[in-house]
Amino acid sequence: MDWLFLTEVFLAGLGAGALYAVTGVAFVLIYKATRVVNLAIGEILMLGGYAFFGAAAGWHLPAWIALPVAVLSGALVGAVVERGLIRPMLGESPISVFMVTIGLGSILAGFVQVVWGADPLRLPEFMPSAPIFLGEAYLAPKVAYGFLAAMLVLAACVSALRFSRGGVALKATAADQGAAYSVGIDVPRVFSLSWIVACAVAAGAGVLVGAIGGISPTMGVFGLSVLVVVIVGGLDSMVGALVGGLLIGVVEAFAGTFLGGEYKFLVTFSIMILVLMLRPYGLFGTHEIERL
Amino acid sequence: MTGAADDVILSVKGVSLAFGGVRALTDVSFSVRKGSITAVIGPNGAGKTSLFNTISGFYRPRAGEIVFGGRNLAGTAPPERARLGLARTFQNIALFRGMTVLDNIKLGRHAHMQTGLLDALVYRGRARREELALRAEIEERIIDFLEIQHIRNAPVATLPYGLRKRVELARALAMRPRLLMLDEPVAGMNREETEDMARFILDVKEEWDVTILMVEHDMGMVMDISDHVVVLNFGQVIAEGSPATVQADPAVIAAYLGAGDLGRRLSAPEAA
Repeated sequence: MDWLFLTEVFLAGLGAGALYAVTGVAFVLIYKATRVVNLAIGEILMLGGYAFFGAAAGWHLPAWIALPVAVLSGALVGAVVERGLIRPMLGESPISVFMVTIGLGSILAGFVQVVWGADPLRLPEFMPSAPIFLGEAYLAPKVAYGFLAAMLVLAACVSALRFSRGGVALKATAADQGAAYSVGIDVPRVFSLSWIVACAVAAGAGVLVGAIGGISPTMGVFGLSVLVVVIVGGLDSMVGALVGGLLIGVVEAFAGTFLGGEYKFLVTFSIMILVLMLRPYGLFGTHEIERL
Repeated sequence: MTGAADDVILSVKGVSLAFGGVRALTDVSFSVRKGSITAVIGPNGAGKTSLFNTISGFYRPRAGEIVFGGRNLAGTAPPERARLGLARTFQNIALFRGMTVLDNIKLGRHAHMQTGLLDALVYRGRARREELALRAEIEERIIDFLEIQHIRNAPVATLPYGLRKRVELARALAMRPRLLMLDEPVAGMNREETEDMARFILDVKEEWDVTILMVEHDMGMVMDISDHVVVLNFGQVIAEGSPATVQADPAVIAAYLGAGDLGRRLSAPEAA
């Protein structure tokens, strides 16, 4: 066995996994606050990549402006979707809301195809390209910077959830909406903010994903891996999204290297099924205890 | 009873509520006097919880108005009503699962902290710190008062039913309400637990200067501690007055006769 090679595969897996993790956190945020399984998260991520492309390549804005443009357009989409599509579905069956998010995903994919065409595009380079070595192991610079950025966003999300009043309000809403409403928590605002922040985070992740692999209207399949991540980690657990993201990233990297790219999904979805059988609420998810 | 308007903390005036074609409340009117314990009773499905949900703002009435502390509540959302001094508990206990008893109680003061997302990270000066200290002191008093010191750091999900009811009451008290609405505070409790809860409710009224509005099925308890009783049946007020008046009211006895045992207990309540 070539340890150096294994290390490199492992590091690349961590890099990809960090992006799964950060997108998973966006998914978890929405699920925690609103109990909506948002299958459009991959397409919102895609939209972030295209917004960056539009700003950086279309309007020739520098990357440090294009990045906030992408994040803000994600936030805007989150706000509009929550108010326009999700809020009116309040009280409907979860399956209906779930279907709405699937429809939203198709609409977003169609939208970018109409505006930017169906061909894959490359984002303008904006990260330093000097090669990075950890010890002797080579690490693609984009993957390394993507990893760092994702970890920063993750740390920010986790500490906001733990220490800010908004985080407390979110946790209370997640635990019991009626009780949260009655103690003075503005539950509709928690809904809005969770969608806004989550979609902004996903759009930011889209820029990183796009910088590494390019953008295309089918980029939303990234969301499929994220779905595996959050089911493995637990739909309502930030820590679960982090651990699940890194785990699935590394597993995919090894599966892709040793079995071939076509086996990635086979392996990760098998893990998902295994987890569902052994711990249906995920590795870190809340095991709902009902004592009556 | 002097009928002075400033004596009244809550008045419900001609409130009607419907879900599609189902009329949950029809022209319901009554008032709650400051410093009283007012009980709403009635058979199952009479609309008691619907009435509570309308007062706390979860449902919007089709007609009528609710005036709390001289202010018409129309168009105010539940968080705003909480800030005005309206606190409640729920029939099926709504605690924040996964959190400890103390965290649950602390969330009760959320209503009064008018700060944004980032404020928690910003230093806000001495006045602010003193206010926080004061709140912590109040929380300690509440915990002592309700005799839940021993479970303060326990996760609420692990607690037995009676204690969870008490924690929910503690959280409502931490909101420092002017009107406390209790939805079936002793439902499912045994004799001893019921007596404890009745004592707590009386003490809340006396020591904390809080007006109580409660929905309750336990007739013995209602008749023992209430000052005023409102009887609902099929969404309408069929009687109201002192416990003795209500008990003697033929309409009330008739409404309860379907429940047999309850009807008899109403007309001949057991000695407490």
